[in-house]
Amino acid sequence: MENIKSQSRRDFLRSSALAGGGLMLSFSWFSSKAAEKAVELNLAEPVWSELAAYIKITPDNVIKILVPNPEFGQNVMTSLPMIVAEELDCDWKNVVVEMSTHDNVKYGMQFTGGSNSVRMYWKPLRNAGAAARQMLIDAAAQAWGVSASEITTKLGVLSHSSGKTAKYGEMAAKAATLAVPKDVKLKAPKDFSIVRNSKKNTEGLKVVTGKPLFGMDYRVDGMLIAMIQHPPAFGMKLKSFDPTATKKMPGIKDVFSFKLYDDGFEQAGFDTRTFNEMIAIVGNSTWEVMNARKKINAQWETAGDLKETVMGRGGKTEKVVPARLETTSSQFEMMAEYAKKPAQQLRKDGDPETAFKNAAQIIERTYNAPFLAHNCMEPMNFFAHVQDDKALVSGPIQAPGWMEPTLSKLLNLPADKIEIQMTRMGGGFGRRAYAQYAYEVARISQKMKAPIKLIYTREDDMTYGIYRPMYTATYRAALDVNKNLIGFHVIGGGIPENPIHANRFPAGAVDNYLAEGWEIPSNITIGAFRAPRSNFNAAAEQSFLDEVAQAMGKDPIAFRLDLLKRAKENPVGKNNDYDASRYIGVLELLKEKSGWGKPENAGKKRGVAAYFCHASYAGHVVDMVMRDGQPYVESVTSAVDCGVVVNPDAARNMVQGAVVDGIGQSFYGALTHKDGVAEQNNFHNYRMIRHNEAPKKIDVHFVENDIDPTGLGEPPFPPVFGAVANALFKTTGKRHYNQPFMSEVGRES
Amino acid sequence: MAKYNLKINGKTRNVDVDPSTPMLWVLRDTLNMPGTKFGCGMAECGACTIHLDGNATRSCVLPVSAIGKSAITTIEGLSENGTHPVQKAWLEHDVAQCGYCQGGQIMSAAALLKSNPKPSDEDIDNAMSGNICRCGTYLRIKEAIKTAAKASKTK
Repeated sequence: MENIKSQSRRDFLRSSALAGGGLMLSFSWFSSKAAEKAVELNLAEPVWSELAAYIKITPDNVIKILVPNPEFGQNVMTSLPMIVAEELDCDWKNVVVEMSTHDNVKYGMQFTGGSNSVRMYWKPLRNAGAAARQMLIDAAAQAWGVSASEITTKLGVLSHSSGKTAKYGEMAAKAATLAVPKDVKLKAPKDFSIVRNSKKNTEGLKVVTGKPLFGMDYRVDGMLIAMIQHPPAFGMKLKSFDPTATKKMPGIKDVFSFKLYDDGFEQAGFDTRTFNEMIAIVGNSTWEVMNARKKINAQWETAGDLKETVMGRGGKTEKVVPARLETTSSQFEMMAEYAKKPAQQLRKDGDPETAFKNAAQIIERTYNAPFLAHNCMEPMNFFAHVQDDKALVSGPIQAPGWMEPTLSKLLNLPADKIEIQMTRMGGGFGRRAYAQYAYEVARISQKMKAPIKLIYTREDDMTYGIYRPMYTATYRAALDVNKNLIGFHVIGGGIPENPIHANRFPAGAVDNYLAEGWEIPSNITIGAFRAPRSNFNAAAEQSFLDEVAQAMGKDPIAFRLDLLKRAKENPVGKNNDYDASRYIGVLELLKEKSGWGKPENAGKKRGVAAYFCHASYAGHVVDMVMRDGQPYVESVTSAVDCGVVVNPDAARNMVQGAVVDGIGQSFYGALTHKDGVAEQNNFHNYRMIRHNEAPKKIDVHFVENDIDPTGLGEPPFPPVFGAVANALFKTTGKRHYNQPFMSEVGRES
Repeated sequence: MAKYNLKINGKTRNVDVDPSTPMLWVLRDTLNMPGTKFGCGMAECGACTIHLDGNATRSCVLPVSAIGKSAITTIEGLSENGTHPVQKAWLEHDVAQCGYCQGGQIMSAAALLKSNPKPSDEDIDNAMSGNICRCGTYLRIKEAIKTAAKASKTK
């Protein structure tokens, strides 16, 4: 127990206390030195008075704020407590932050994804902070025998005109006995003093000192390590295997095959099933398990068609997963064939057929994009300790609330006997909304009757993925003799999902509009990937609009603004998803901040794109250069309207990251298959953007308004693809329609 | 299995492991020092970067048998309480998003500044391009390295 020695007494006390309850790792949660000091002075286990679910206060005035949503780099461990602290009207210096337990009744969905964290918790957390503040005021009013309306608060101090004052901590115990008020007054945005003021990441110090924060770092006494051998190709299954040699390897406890779901299991919408029967290798240490795994002697065979029952948001569906060993080139051929067949009409305005028949000029372009692997830096992993009457699972998960009912069914345990702990995630990007790795380790722990941590290698993570689907879309624009846009048509499809958002721009801005979609089923598993579908649509649509503007002889920003003006003043059709005014606002900010059209920028190779998704608006101007015969993005100007920006510097970081991610994916990202086998399996053959390929500058600007926060993690990502494509045209003189762009640039040279 | 006396963060640690075991897993599994991260297992991502006699080294492909008398520093031993100029600069620029790669980034940056106290942008790119950040914090990393370089110079 050498690690205990280096801990302070306080850490030790805390880890002991936590270990009794839930085997949590021994790390402290303090967000500021002042708060840390305050708890240190009170060496006994602090007495926390709980107010309004998310807030706990000690008599020493340390304010602990619980974060309901799992952290995967979107910085909710800082932004969500800021929202509470704002309405609580406390001093940020006294705030400590802690990841909450999983309790959907107490805390709501606790879902990280869909750019939802701040959006979903903005009101509940403001209400919680304001309710707790009111409870502290009421407690002081009772203690002082004055009217609550005469008490004011500032920086965590209660004051009365008589001169009486008290810190929140002094009133917390009494306040905790009062009922939580329902209708509380919230601050006017102009009075915000914490929200809109940048605060440092509350976990920054733990990150830079290498503290155990992640699922991969989780450890308990007696824990065994497990790895999984999955079939080598999508469309294959286990035929037979001989565990003898593997079992004889040092440190190995057991080797066995197991089924993820029992036959006839009804999957929930996010219960993916890449392979249902796999081989588990369980042993004492990671290296021993890795080595033993190499000795596995398994035979695999082609799987037949697979029928599965899925209970998703659209109700119960029976899916047939085809028996095929798919290859990328034939997948693209198949998509090209499907694109010619009649498709499902998704939206129609006016008379697009006639518009195209009467057109003086038709522009038609087809765009393609491959599967993408999420490649979170922390490979998939999870811990489980399943016992006869209860289970503890812990690890990186975006959607603990979706995982719980499935685990309950798989383990045949009531949900309240399953404790789910949420560790910090080393990236998510949608991948960790699919908990199959947690189900796998739960199955393995159940069989082994031991605490187990399952680790995927990078190769497992990449070849056994829940990929961004393959997509294609053909866009057509009809121009009349005066070069007016009179018709717009998009038909899109994918393996296995249609990407089209039929009610988004330019729907609503063109009189004659048609959107259609189709899908090809596949046994290659797919799922959400940062801004699902949008990440393809923005690439295709925004480069198509660029080309249409060029054909019309218009400036690309002016062209978009003209269309948006139409959508704002006299929208075509109903159900337009977007707010044209906010879209215009972002483009105008982008135009101003990038110096678009200014003489000093005339020589730059610039591309622009803007997009709406997850209720927010984002656009970029990308400046590209050629170095050593290769295109690089040199600098980027970004504009975003996501409503109130809670933590501006962290929000800028998020946008900068989305820009780098978008450049990397559009330039280099691709996961291809040959006979069902992923052709990329680690970072030597899956190219990720690196330091030297990142822009030198990314200036981020936010539209200032008082709109309740909308999404931020995803919205800045999709338009990067379009802006890169458009800048690439300016740089190379050629339009690029197929991602990753660098594979094409490479072929030309 | 074989016994090794390793010099790690100024202390001698005794381990009894298979000689082929990469230092990454000796640190993480045997010594319970999880600050050094597993990312790829083939020296392609840099998440496992440690210092071997002051040089940035990928511990995922470094067998324990190859360490000999060399001194190892891990992110846990770079400073007490995060006070190394690189760690301080990382906090000042609020670099981290998910944070998983940042220990490796910091170890690469600290080794760079030790051998090259005033790195150019190109020097930084060359030294850091083996460290992948999936969240895309490269700009802030570069700014933080420059801040740390200035701080070290004025000290």
